[in-house]
Amino acid sequence: MTIDFSKFPDEHGHFGPYGGIFAPETLMAALEQLSQEYQSVKNDPQFLSEISDDLRDYVGRPTPLYYAKRWSESLGGAKIYLKREDLNHTGAHKVNNTIGQALLAKRLGKKRIIAETGAGQHGVASATVAARLGLECVVYMGADDVVRQAPNVARMKMLGATVVAVESGSRTLKDALNEAMRDWVTNVDDTFYIIGTVAGPHPYPAMVRDFQAVIGLEAREQILEKEGKLPDALIACVGGGSNAIGLFHKFLPDESVQIYGVEPAGYGLETGKHAAPLCCGKPGVLHGNRTYLMQDEHGQILGTHSISAGLDYPGVGPEHAWLKDIGRVNYVAITDEEALQGFRDLTRFEGIIPALESSHAIAYATKLAPTMRKDQTIIVNLSGRGDKDMNTIAQIEGFKF
Amino acid sequence: MSRIQQKLASLKAAGKTALIPYITAGDPRPNATVALMHLLVEKGADMIELGVPFSDPMADGPVIQKAVERALEHNVSLDDVLEYVRAFREKDSNTPIILMGYLNPIEAMGYEAFAAAASSVGVDAVLTVDMPPEESVGYLPALRNAGLDRVFLVSPTTPQSRLAAVNEKGSGFVYYVSLKGVTGSKELDVADVTAQINRLKDKINLPIGIGFGIRDGEAAFQMAQLGDAVIVGSALVSLIEANAHQDLYTIELAVGEKMTEFRAAIDRADAL
Repeated sequence: MTIDFSKFPDEHGHFGPYGGIFAPETLMAALEQLSQEYQSVKNDPQFLSEISDDLRDYVGRPTPLYYAKRWSESLGGAKIYLKREDLNHTGAHKVNNTIGQALLAKRLGKKRIIAETGAGQHGVASATVAARLGLECVVYMGADDVVRQAPNVARMKMLGATVVAVESGSRTLKDALNEAMRDWVTNVDDTFYIIGTVAGPHPYPAMVRDFQAVIGLEAREQILEKEGKLPDALIACVGGGSNAIGLFHKFLPDESVQIYGVEPAGYGLETGKHAAPLCCGKPGVLHGNRTYLMQDEHGQILGTHSISAGLDYPGVGPEHAWLKDIGRVNYVAITDEEALQGFRDLTRFEGIIPALESSHAIAYATKLAPTMRKDQTIIVNLSGRGDKDMNTIAQIEGFKF
Repeated sequence: MSRIQQKLASLKAAGKTALIPYITAGDPRPNATVALMHLLVEKGADMIELGVPFSDPMADGPVIQKAVERALEHNVSLDDVLEYVRAFREKDSNTPIILMGYLNPIEAMGYEAFAAAASSVGVDAVLTVDMPPEESVGYLPALRNAGLDRVFLVSPTTPQSRLAAVNEKGSGFVYYVSLKGVTGSKELDVADVTAQINRLKDKINLPIGIGFGIRDGEAAFQMAQLGDAVIVGSALVSLIEANAHQDLYTIELAVGEKMTEFRAAIDRADAL
């Protein structure tokens, strides 16, 4: 393979046939302005050092790469390392991106930020940076997600954000995105839209990837230091795909590294009740970009199901669509039930309570590791911590607070 | 000349402004649409904008979102919308029809197949909200080859530098979005729209239709003095919503009355 991955997307935001700018006219000028601003600062040493200072002193980076010895040995195969994004301030990888976008918002002189959120982690990370910079913050969240991720809703409110429960459509992440877009169209002059994943119109997929690429950059150095060689496999969960692209990106040119993106299979791919567009969908256009989508034969977007709100989305970042087509990344799926078992395993073997999103990656590792030799290594992106999921887990396991 | 170009040219020659009402196809139920289209013409529509339901109408306000949801409860698809147009054309070969919607249903059908089908049933133009000129490679030639006009949106935030592409790639008319917002929102700022239309006329040779936020006769009266066409949507669709569970006659009465208000206001402006 001789692809120069750093050359993608092209200047119009295309990853092969995917990505692009399929946005309403009112947003085109704002997107162009954002593209230009981002181009001008992305290699600016002052901007980069501002970000790296914030990531170190405020977020707590670098996050550790932890060898999960007891869990690995129980599986009897490869050594599994966890990239501890759950130890970031606010509890997930999402803050890597909001730190960067908030600095851009400040540079563009915007007084108000908006965000969409599924699990609430991106909403919390946005409310956090807004509080720190003294910006007004409005977070759109599907009404169903407001219920199942109640602890994060409380955190956002405490941080001073307004949380809008979106009642339209399927009342989950995709509808929150629609509503955030409508807000942005209306308030485009003074508002910066912090998209939380590697989707949306250009430049978001490229920009969010660049902000999240710190995950793989650190992990690559850390594994070389600990093992003296590259890992044999990477595993990350994929909803929109920002934690996955963050881990994968710096490893894409390393041909010996097998890469696995794990989609939520919900009740099972065969039931149709899942959120796995790369495994079961086909290409189309939604939320500003062309990518794989869960859709019917007439191009209507289908309702999705996943136990984890953060993965419950019918689309996926366009770079993942492209990486699937060119065969660089293997996209697989894990059911709700398997993810729950992953959640229990990591909690009991390692004393680490993972987010239900990350539990999908954990569960795939339990399948992959035993098929590998003991001298081989896997890095799993532990993208977030499970505190926010206590309501869901309590309900399933039958205990009360 | 296309049917739209002929219509706008003859209206212009007569000193008249076009009235273009919007309804969502299949709202409140599939068997209402063709009848409502004929009613709109009877009450003074010069062209009809027919909304293609899409599950995620991200540029639409609550009124049209709910119209789309009503249509999708009946699983109204792009195929069905084309069938309504075919049925409408059995009795009306004169009134231009513009399909307005989002890209994904067209992508799912395929650009070429869609353009051929739309043209064969008597569609005149297509306006796709999330298809800016920059991404229209493939889409534009398919429509052009099928003889369909390509309507693009221009908004208050569109920079002068982008207008040339709209002028070159669009045809039929340009749709000026008269406010920053979703369909059906806020009050219009007449002074702002006036300044904006003058700005557009420097770069755009195509006729200019004005839409978004035109709620009543007074707003239509103001806009008719600025544009070549006035587009009204949410004001009509909210009446369909209010009468969604009534019989067709009741819906027609409500929509017809509002259309009469718009038509009279535009005629009044044209007589100035």
